[in-house]
Amino acid sequence: MTGVDWEVVIGLEIHAQLATRSKIFSGASTAYGAPPNTQASLVDLAYPGVLPVLNAEAVRMAVKFGLGVGAAVAHRSVFARKNYFYPDLPKGYQISQYEHPVVGRGSLRIVLEDGSEKIIGITRAHLEEDAGKSLHEGLAHASGIDLNRAGTPLLEIVSEPDMRSAREAVAYMKKIHTLVRYLEICDGNMQEGSFRCDANVSVRPRGSDKFGTRAEIKNLNSFRFVEKAVQYEVARQIELLESGGKVIQETRLYDSDRNETRPMRSKEEANDYRYFPDPDLLPLEIDDSFIRAVRATLPELPDDKATRFARDFGLSAYDAGVLSASRELGNYFEAVVAATGTPHAKLAANWIMGELSGALNRDAVEITAAKVGPKELSGLLARINDGTISGKIGKEVFEAMWSTGAAADAIIESKGLKQITDAGAIEAVIDAVIAANPRQLADYRAGKDKLFGFFVGQVMKATGGKANPAQLNELLKARLGAADA
Amino acid sequence: MPHNLSIGELAERLARKETSSTELTRHFLARIERLNPPLNAIITLTAEQALAAAGAADRRRAAGESGPLLGIPLIHKDIFCTDGVRTSCGSRMLDNFISPYDATVVARLKSAGAVMLGKANMDEFAMGSSNETSWYGPVRNPWNTAKVPGGSSGGSAAATAARLAPFATGTDTGGSIRQPAALTGVTGVKPTYGRVSRFGIVAFASSLDQAGVFARSAADAAVVLAAMAGFDPLDSTSVDAPVPDYAAALDTPLKGLKIGLLREFFDGLEARNAALIHDAIAVYRSLGAETREVSLPNLPLSVPTYYVVAPAECSSNLSRFDGVRFGHRCAAPKDLMDLYERSRGEGFGAEVKRRIMTGTYVLSAGYFDAYYLKAQKVRRLITDDFRAAFEQVDLLIGPTTPTPAFDIGAKIDDPITMYLNDIYTIGANLAGLPGLSMPCGFVDDLPMGLQLIGPHFAESRLLNAAHRFQLATDWHRRAPRGYQ
Repeated sequence: MTGVDWEVVIGLEIHAQLATRSKIFSGASTAYGAPPNTQASLVDLAYPGVLPVLNAEAVRMAVKFGLGVGAAVAHRSVFARKNYFYPDLPKGYQISQYEHPVVGRGSLRIVLEDGSEKIIGITRAHLEEDAGKSLHEGLAHASGIDLNRAGTPLLEIVSEPDMRSAREAVAYMKKIHTLVRYLEICDGNMQEGSFRCDANVSVRPRGSDKFGTRAEIKNLNSFRFVEKAVQYEVARQIELLESGGKVIQETRLYDSDRNETRPMRSKEEANDYRYFPDPDLLPLEIDDSFIRAVRATLPELPDDKATRFARDFGLSAYDAGVLSASRELGNYFEAVVAATGTPHAKLAANWIMGELSGALNRDAVEITAAKVGPKELSGLLARINDGTISGKIGKEVFEAMWSTGAAADAIIESKGLKQITDAGAIEAVIDAVIAANPRQLADYRAGKDKLFGFFVGQVMKATGGKANPAQLNELLKARLGAADA
Repeated sequence: MPHNLSIGELAERLARKETSSTELTRHFLARIERLNPPLNAIITLTAEQALAAAGAADRRRAAGESGPLLGIPLIHKDIFCTDGVRTSCGSRMLDNFISPYDATVVARLKSAGAVMLGKANMDEFAMGSSNETSWYGPVRNPWNTAKVPGGSSGGSAAATAARLAPFATGTDTGGSIRQPAALTGVTGVKPTYGRVSRFGIVAFASSLDQAGVFARSAADAAVVLAAMAGFDPLDSTSVDAPVPDYAAALDTPLKGLKIGLLREFFDGLEARNAALIHDAIAVYRSLGAETREVSLPNLPLSVPTYYVVAPAECSSNLSRFDGVRFGHRCAAPKDLMDLYERSRGEGFGAEVKRRIMTGTYVLSAGYFDAYYLKAQKVRRLITDDFRAAFEQVDLLIGPTTPTPAFDIGAKIDDPITMYLNDIYTIGANLAGLPGLSMPCGFVDDLPMGLQLIGPHFAESRLLNAAHRFQLATDWHRRAPRGYQ
């Protein structure tokens, strides 16, 4: 099978924890990080006789998601029991939706870094409850059970096998991540497990209309892990097939320390879940007026915002996508543009995606908590636009603003960073530089054009980078004279 | 003696200050001490709490409160969770389980001022028709202690028949109120599915379970049911419909009432039993009711349908008993599988295991369609049969059981024969309909039951029809010898 042009096929099942205050079937709090078992009610503990009562807020959020991906919201959906024994599953079954999910077929557009677009199909999304956690650390000869998470509402979002590379998978997952935060139905916190996915991966010879046998990689909780795990799994499957082997359908776990996927023990997956409709819960019926009411609460969706950014501000599709990736980032961008004016939108975009994003990532700060807010950044950009400082000095000013919280003008003033625009002053420095470097002058005049940059550098060094670059170029050219051939 | 008085008569005496709840409570506690040991009807006596509750009821009355159940003693089936009191469900699995909360039924009766004396024996997890599957041993029938009292609410039925309390609660999943009521000669009411909250009832088969009442007359049952019934936001399957005034409708004349005789219930019915039912029908005719035969062709499929649906649900409902958080845990488990296997192996009895295995099987991949799905379809057909019948008649009438109480030990090793005991009662559960059983005579000195089945939420009509019958007859006044 060597020499085959392999096509990668990926589908994702994303679990988004819904941001309800209480659990999906009980009144217990869903807040993260409480001491073990302090947020587990009798319902969560599955005491004899207790019954589930559906949280309407979770339904509202699921419907919101459905509308956000243009999906049909089911007027009637059914909760089913998925039966298996595990200590962190107190009832011995998980309440989920099986044959009749609340959200039907929808789709989502992704934009890749090269600007190309693709539509990814969404098969369905259904409501279910999360399990608790088993704790194995710090307990000798025993396992602990923390049921705080048991009963937390999840929306499981199942995609079509429409992705053809690890990058597409990551782009899709990021897009869902963006969407659920726009809709304010999930906090998107991946470290706390609020947003995670299972990836179904297979390969087939390009042109084949049949899918290859897939492996399911469980519980990936970062974009990087999705990319790495899929890449590893694709390589594994191709190597296996090319060496005459066969892919077996199985569940695998990704080990990020070793960057490899491994099969789960067969015992862990040899379950017959015996799904059947949960007789404790009536079918979920949603009428048009409920759907209309939810639709009225939808914010501007990321795609609409990106389209608007590209159209109104002349941004590329990719930049518009990046700036609309979260509501907060989009708001920040729009506030800066409002202050600096639409003609400077591109500059604002570059600064936000460049310096600002870099600083936010480096210091792990949320954009809403940044010391350099939209007002402060527009203050800086105004000084670049009016020629008070150069873009290069601007970066230095930004760093100072970032660390001290002071305004751009105050920093420019106190550090004396104001650009030198006095032609006489610049000429004086040029003359001094030329006088100090007679050999380079001779070489330049002999035709070594590249030495122009050397002179620029020397002048900038002497002025502490403050010489107005355009002016410097002009004056330097005049002083050096044309390079003789 | 107070134990022969109706709830209405007791309430009157309390209102007139001729007696107190404390006095009544002492009286019934003393009866239980004396009469329960051979019957084994009550497995947990809560004398101290009962006297405290009786004192509280007396103070409420002294403060000017009144109410039909204020200060009236009762016994709860041990399937109802009772705050601070063992709730065993008749199982070794929950022998050590002290419930941290009250079932809605318990809370409602408590707030009505009823006084819990203790908790009644039952078939393990309500799975049985003879009360022989209880971890606490069989209950004996007060009419003849060699006989079973029926099940699963056998303790509640025997306690009511033996006048150990004015009334008792029960649950009915496939006949578990009506069948023991019939075999012990008391009045038992199984309301419409959704009429009474299931919150706090240890679940057996969630789509069939329904709480009801044992009393010595329809009039008494009406008072109790009124206190139990009504919407409960904690039970998503409870129905948000107003509770009618059952007591007010009791006396409505029956003239023109259309009663359907269920042909399928009379096919092969033993002659002496059939004669009693026909006598009862004659009473109804004399009261002005019209009777006609109706047929429910799918009704004979009730038992096999039930024995797919109920075990399927039970296999899932009982998964929570895993030795991890409460209930029986095996000694020194080696690992997780050992913990599960031995805790459940030791905690559950044979009948419960049989049903868990049956239920697991019918839900398994490859069998689901042939069993569970098929049973659900048949269930719908049976429900449709009832609906069609109720377009012609106001209520249906027939026997509650094929035979009177049988000997302890006679059927326990033969599950199929045991299951057929519920042949007349299961239909109402599958269709979610209200049913009532009341005494209508004796065969071999053992009481037999007449069953009434009504359309959804027709409890008022059932209680009215039963009450008018009880005004015209005195079968319900008979007491077993030694318990008068």
